[in-house]
Amino acid sequence: MRYLPLTADDRTAMLARIGAASIDDLFVDVPEAARLDGPIHGLPNHASELAVERHLSALARKNTVADDVPFFLGAGAYRHHVPASVDHLIQRGEFLTAYTPYQPEIAQGTLQMLFEFQTQVARLLGTDVANASMYDGSTACWEAITMARRITKRGKAILSSGLHPHYVSVANTMAKFTGDVLETAAPTLTAEPDTASLIDKIDGDTSCVVVQYPDILGRIGDLSELAAACHANKALLIAVVTEPVALGALKSPGEMDADIVVGEGQSLGVGLQFGGPYVGLMGCKEKYIRQMPGRFCGETVDAEGKRGFVLTLSTREQHIRREKATSNICTNSGLCALAFSIHMTLLGEAGLRKLAMVNHTQAVAAAERLARVPGVEVVNRSFFNEFTLKLSKEARPVVWQLAERDILAGVSMGRLYPGEDALANGLIVAVTETTTAEDVEALASALEEVLA
Amino acid sequence: MSINQSGWRPEMAEERRDTTVTATGNKALMLEEALIFEIGDTHTTGVDIADAAASASKLGGLERKAEIGLPGLSEPETVRHYTRLSRQNYAIDLGLFPLGSCTMKHNPRLNEKVARLPGFADIHPLAPIQCVQGALELIDQLAHWLVTLTGMHSVAMSPKAGAHGELCGILAIRAALEARGDTRKVVLVPESAHGTNPATAAFAGYAVDNIPANQDGRVDLAALKARLGPDVAAVMITNPNTCGLFERDMKAISDAVHAAGAFVYCDGANFNAIVGRVRPGDLGVDAMHINLHKTFSTPHGGGGPGSGPVVFSQALTPFAPLPFVEKAADGSFRLVEEETAEEHHGQSFGRMVAFHGQMGMFTRALSYILSHGADGLRQVAEDAVLNANYVLRSLDDVLDAPFGPSGPCMHEALFSDAGLAEGFTTLDIAKALIDEGYHPMTMYFPLVVHGAMLIEPTETESKAALDQFVMALRSVAERAKTGDQALKSAPHFAPRRRLDETLAARKPVLVWKEPALAEAAE
Repeated sequence: MRYLPLTADDRTAMLARIGAASIDDLFVDVPEAARLDGPIHGLPNHASELAVERHLSALARKNTVADDVPFFLGAGAYRHHVPASVDHLIQRGEFLTAYTPYQPEIAQGTLQMLFEFQTQVARLLGTDVANASMYDGSTACWEAITMARRITKRGKAILSSGLHPHYVSVANTMAKFTGDVLETAAPTLTAEPDTASLIDKIDGDTSCVVVQYPDILGRIGDLSELAAACHANKALLIAVVTEPVALGALKSPGEMDADIVVGEGQSLGVGLQFGGPYVGLMGCKEKYIRQMPGRFCGETVDAEGKRGFVLTLSTREQHIRREKATSNICTNSGLCALAFSIHMTLLGEAGLRKLAMVNHTQAVAAAERLARVPGVEVVNRSFFNEFTLKLSKEARPVVWQLAERDILAGVSMGRLYPGEDALANGLIVAVTETTTAEDVEALASALEEVLA
Repeated sequence: MSINQSGWRPEMAEERRDTTVTATGNKALMLEEALIFEIGDTHTTGVDIADAAASASKLGGLERKAEIGLPGLSEPETVRHYTRLSRQNYAIDLGLFPLGSCTMKHNPRLNEKVARLPGFADIHPLAPIQCVQGALELIDQLAHWLVTLTGMHSVAMSPKAGAHGELCGILAIRAALEARGDTRKVVLVPESAHGTNPATAAFAGYAVDNIPANQDGRVDLAALKARLGPDVAAVMITNPNTCGLFERDMKAISDAVHAAGAFVYCDGANFNAIVGRVRPGDLGVDAMHINLHKTFSTPHGGGGPGSGPVVFSQALTPFAPLPFVEKAADGSFRLVEEETAEEHHGQSFGRMVAFHGQMGMFTRALSYILSHGADGLRQVAEDAVLNANYVLRSLDDVLDAPFGPSGPCMHEALFSDAGLAEGFTTLDIAKALIDEGYHPMTMYFPLVVHGAMLIEPTETESKAALDQFVMALRSVAERAKTGDQALKSAPHFAPRRRLDETLAARKPVLVWKEPALAEAAE
């Protein structure tokens, strides 16, 4: 077995050193009834590298690869081009096969990277600080809600109707157990996010308002007024960003006075990967850092006075505080944070802004083309690289029909909001730098036929 | 021999270090690297992007005007920056990484290759399911392996890491209790548990009570039985436990817990010690998470991503989270989500994450599992346990092994700081091991042993590698017992000397600021 270096002779010599007659002697503490006397039946035995690769390649071939077809899926996971050097660098064994940096003297590579990541994320989100990453956007969103509860000592969170339904679903699941009260609503196919009704819901029991920017339909709403309304009621504003590239073109939530900003960082460096692993971004105002979940990397000096980095503020965390910790999170998403950070370093401010504008202008052009298809109406007045179409038919079967023609047309709202008849004709379409004019043309003409 | 004699000798270390100063601060292959904020600027980019065609903005009047402050580097500078940073890290690719309870085993590169096949890496989580049948089939195959290896009834694949898996298990338990109108409020956790256990129980709304350990480093069965009652919802037990020992009374514990109307959660972090030799399902476990990186070799990447599927007993299966993959009668795979759950999975406690879990880790774990097969996985557990016992018995004459007399250990060997010279600690031993070219063992955990040193070699170390490690640790332990002051200032040869963690926590600097701004903030 290629991953096991011990030889039969090694094993014999080692058992002799231990003073055991056989390997079974080392498992004596297992109750006899639970000991298995040989390999588990019904499972295959070991296989060569070639055989395993063939098996998995065969499974991979059964999937429709985004790069092979006109592709318009988004809704929380976006397809962007990732420079080759990103994947090369994250496969450096010193990054890939290191553990959490518990011994900082020999983990400065990971720690400095995390410090750079935290700074990049804080600047992008417009917050004072950011942590060293969360599992993903959806779990970071829930953690932000619990953080607002701890800060305000109030238990009612208002979730905007434009928040990703999976994020709402995660929060609903958790709230059932924690006793948090969540006010939620399904979106409507309207041109602008409904900020006014959100403001109306804020009262003296509200811990926070959670709003997505741009929202699930792709619409962009000004957060300033909402932030002011939250603060007038001593509630917090939590902004959720599922497409970080948008912040290359848009004002950051922090600039509009959001208190906590969370995001899904997958767009940069990470790739689609059928939904995971991704990387949760989380930043906040400085005064709230002691209530943040997750790891922080901080700057310090070593015994010779040289700058170095360590994990810090760990008295918030489970391994010190146990049941009094701010969260049970331990492992975060280090390698995906590295991929995000490298991609961001390659882009730099100039590259990110350019990339954002390419996304936006191509999305504008696509929306204009699709709006000319009979039976298609563009819902959004504003959008970044994703917008919602209202079709003359139920969108979900249309997506299936187009998939049969090898076009991945977008995410139907029926998939995300089953049972919401008013949304059934909605189709969320994402356009990035990877989308070509030919792709848009293919989608437009296929829609023309299917909707006719 | 003559080459060695003419080269470096230990007694030369002091003079070399003090007299050699370079203009750059570099030391040959040990290269200092500034922050991207110090070497990059906001005008530089390492990506060629065509200018956007001019068009009307649809950004709703929220166009960004302020500078973000993101430095860029050209591609060569980027590659060099991160390559230099990487060289300041220790890693399993470089040597033994005996971090007990964290399990750093070899990460096969086949795993990386298959995870990057476009058919897995470049597919969208919300693609129509007819377009992702291979992905769903892969999840189903991995699920089948996990259920079979653990002897359990079902598995939830979506939890993002071990602690998230714990949460999944505890939520399923709570949902099951609530379904029968039971409002139990307490979760029992042994003192030796990972900190995530009590934190998870608290996060799920439970009060936490400790269960003491006995002299053998195991759960005190009598104390546990005495504590069980109608207020106890679950007991969380790590098995093999964090002292590296198998809980001999596991079946009796489960029976007692079930008799009291509660559930058994098993922290499966250490499943690597028993895979193929013991099925937790045979021990009465109701829920257990599996850290795919620990048992099934997915990379830990400097702190994640993890992946923590949770296996369930029949009693908890109806409460498992959404979404999950199901095989239809026609052989195709479908996804049970909110919409389809109502038909036959109405008791599910709900969704824990957007999308389907850590697909990239599933691919790697299945690649590892298929490579080993049923026979190889059993050998994995045997070699891991053999290696740990070899380390235990090679060092128990120089280091105190508090549970050594009680019999063999499982996957990790535990020592205490008893017998070190006055003023010398586990930390000194750990830092001296860095100078010897090793990542230190887990320190000061579990809390039940004073100055704990928890050593987990894993099955992917050769006997020669273990012999050298034992030699190094013996030498360091002997120096700590005789009070060698040089240990107090170790490490001497790492990229950094001991770092001031108190300063970092007292005056947190969590983001980089321009020097002038940083000064103004002082």
